[in-house]
Amino acid sequence: MTSEHAATSDHAATSDHGADIDRHVRVYITVFVALMVLTIVTVAISRFHLPVPIAVTVALAVAIIKGSLVACYFMHLISEKKLIYAVLVLTAAFFVALLALPVLTVHNGFWIH
Amino acid sequence: MDIPYTVEVRRDTGLINGKIGIWLFLASEVMLFGALFASYILIRTGASTWPRGDTILNVPLATFNTIVLISSSVTMVMAWASLMRGRFGTFRIYMGATILLGGVFLVVKYFEYTHKFENGLFPRTNNFLAIYFTLTGLHMLHVIGGMAVNAYLWGPGAKLWKTNPAWFTNRVEHSGLFWHFVDLVWIFLFPTLYLL
Repeated sequence: MTSEHAATSDHAATSDHGADIDRHVRVYITVFVALMVLTIVTVAISRFHLPVPIAVTVALAVAIIKGSLVACYFMHLISEKKLIYAVLVLTAAFFVALLALPVLTVHNGFWIH
Repeated sequence: MDIPYTVEVRRDTGLINGKIGIWLFLASEVMLFGALFASYILIRTGASTWPRGDTILNVPLATFNTIVLISSSVTMVMAWASLMRGRFGTFRIYMGATILLGGVFLVVKYFEYTHKFENGLFPRTNNFLAIYFTLTGLHMLHVIGGMAVNAYLWGPGAKLWKTNPAWFTNRVEHSGLFWHFVDLVWIFLFPTLYLL
């Protein structure tokens, strides 16, 4: 089974493939608008100068949504093969360890202001 | 001997080699930027005081740059979609736009940096600025690298479209994956440095 997104020797640009791409393009425009809105939202929320822990949580939540949109739709992750998912799950696990382990070594707690 | 699996997929992975290759590379990039983010978290939580980003950095300029980079991601994926539709001319336009928008991003960063230097603010000044210049500087190098590859695919590399259009399309897709990643890093950098 070939990846629907690779231009393979089986289906280079054909007319029925064209309809498929049209659908993709509509998704790209929708995601673009969503990203613009979320950018405005994240800047607007920052104006409220919320307490740092809340501000961090909200900013990260918006960033994760934006990042997921880019990854899923621009990078076509939503319809990728298992091997790529496996690579990324492994990466995510090591990334969490990379972030968490140094913080755990701080003896007098995490959130010092 | 030809480079294998540039167009036909490998039976065991279901993917072409370039796709796996670029994702593995992006995985290593996640660790690179992750290490710097971890340093930022550690330094910030260990500091007795830490300035809010908007008291030192230019938020309107950075917001504009965020819009520029997101737009360049759209033009990048449209460049690939144009090739999938067999429209080389449209590809050239979208890829050109992607490179141009990358250039705009760099120009804005140039103004940001020089403004800091003119006001005596350098990486050595304090921890906040050290983190800011390191993270955005490394990101900027990635923007330049991505632009270089895109420029090659727009220019001399585009010759491949005539002899092997499917392979060229895949190359553009893989370069696009790198470019989207650069955008993704900025999506996290922007609030982390400028808004918090």
